[in-house]
Amino acid sequence: MEYIFSLEFIYLIASITYILGLKMLGHPETARRGNLIAAGGMTLAIFGTIFLHQGEVLTQTYLLIGSAILIGTIIGWAIAKKVAMTKMPELVSLFNGMGGASAALIGLIEFNHYVGDTMSIVTILAGIIIGSISFSGSMIAWAKLNGTLNKPLRLPKYNMLNNVIFIVLVAFAAYMTYIGTGSQLYLYILFFGALAYGILFVLPIGGADMPVVISLLNSFTGLAAALGGFLYGNMVMLTGGILVGSAGTILTFAMCDAMNRSLFNVIFGGFGDTDASIEGSSSSVKGSIKKTTASDVAILMNYSQRIIFVPGYGLAVAQAQHAIHELEQLLVAKGIEVKYAIHPVAGRMPGHMNVLLAETNVDYDKLAEMEDVNPEFSNTDVVFVVGANDVVNPAAHNDPSSPIYGMPILDVENAKQIIVNKRSMKPGYAGIENELFFNQKTSMLFGDAKTVIQSLITEIKGM
Amino acid sequence: MTELIDFISNNLQMIYIVILMIFVGVEIIGHVPAVLHTPLMSGANAIHGVVIIGAILVLLGADADNILAQALGFVAVLLGTLNVVGGFVVTDRMLEMFKKKK
Repeated sequence: MEYIFSLEFIYLIASITYILGLKMLGHPETARRGNLIAAGGMTLAIFGTIFLHQGEVLTQTYLLIGSAILIGTIIGWAIAKKVAMTKMPELVSLFNGMGGASAALIGLIEFNHYVGDTMSIVTILAGIIIGSISFSGSMIAWAKLNGTLNKPLRLPKYNMLNNVIFIVLVAFAAYMTYIGTGSQLYLYILFFGALAYGILFVLPIGGADMPVVISLLNSFTGLAAALGGFLYGNMVMLTGGILVGSAGTILTFAMCDAMNRSLFNVIFGGFGDTDASIEGSSSSVKGSIKKTTASDVAILMNYSQRIIFVPGYGLAVAQAQHAIHELEQLLVAKGIEVKYAIHPVAGRMPGHMNVLLAETNVDYDKLAEMEDVNPEFSNTDVVFVVGANDVVNPAAHNDPSSPIYGMPILDVENAKQIIVNKRSMKPGYAGIENELFFNQKTSMLFGDAKTVIQSLITEIKGM
Repeated sequence: MTELIDFISNNLQMIYIVILMIFVGVEIIGHVPAVLHTPLMSGANAIHGVVIIGAILVLLGADADNILAQALGFVAVLLGTLNVVGGFVVTDRMLEMFKKKK
């Protein structure tokens, strides 16, 4: 009976909740409950660790732990509750970085206690390297997603440079282990070296690929946590960490799949901003664009039977999700069939658009996934592309030289009329021209998504 | 080399867990609809916040007179909490929006 109240038993329960929680997160009906179950297991594990700890602990230590948890809870809760849905991806990146930093700090503190114990030192140094990379990389990903850093920065020969730095880091850690040093100086050199590598690793990767990078760093942090588990022989850290490490890796590949790119390509291949691809594609796209006005589009929509909206990141940036929902309701009230075509990687993260539109109470059934909606474009009167670009670029089908060639796209060019709302002719995130805009059937409706949709609403209401 | 073999024989149980957990992780992700990729990533992100357990253990074991260790441990627990609480709350917020509308 006593075993039920032991820490080991609590850790066992917690480990089960993580597995169950992750499993349930994979199905729409059970996802929310799964998250809560895992959260419950985590709370149990945390309290168990504190209150069932064996040995003398000073009151001041308890106060320290208690206040750290309290402050962290208040801040974390407040940020998570307040942040706008459009900012979700960068928030996940931010929290991921916190976990990585925590893992690295554990290593920094424990290093002294394990000097001489080779395998523990290996574990600690690996934890510091992985945790630090995850931290600094996540911070760069965060800065890229919120627009602070919007250009991929590349040092000359960055791929080779990064690989060399990484090899040096590992070699240095191996050297530290070999000579069995207890030098704090070496330890901090390794720590800052790993931080620098994390920055250099993420910097050259384009913003459009950040979801993949975050997912990858996510599994890194899982690994770092698991290393901590190995160090302490702590089962819950081990199971939770490895679980996230392997699930995160699979998820990373699934995301790459959705974009039809390989992970290698994401990390080492430039996407869109290599000079050759810009020149190559801009010369292949010729012709003139047609501009249109809100009142023309309003008339067109008013006399259509079937309309499909294609939302992209531009919609999210303009905070136009409420406006487009209003437009949709207005059109539906007029007996027009309206759907949203959601590309798997529309926005800045897979599923980003679904989250955003669900927030505004758009009917779940109106959100059509790419495979389901693609055959429907040919009998659609009007496709309204709002702030999406690369996911509707036909170059993915017919230009083998294009960096996005082979990526599955929404076949909007099959519709009778295409209206594209953009702020300007600036290329999308991949930095390539879009021949769709020069299509005979395409009319461009320039302007901020929210303003444009609102004037459409006013026009249609007046009819 | 002997150290490595000693390590393996001394930690056989943990090595078993690692191997099995890798497969569990791979299996449970399987075929997740793309719509759920973001919440799933966010949920997994919260779970690796389990690193906070390590941070708590550091503080519990830190010498009372080692100010640096105490300070770093405090920060580690704080960051770990941010990861856990922020991660779970943000995932819940995302999923709240997926519930079926009547």
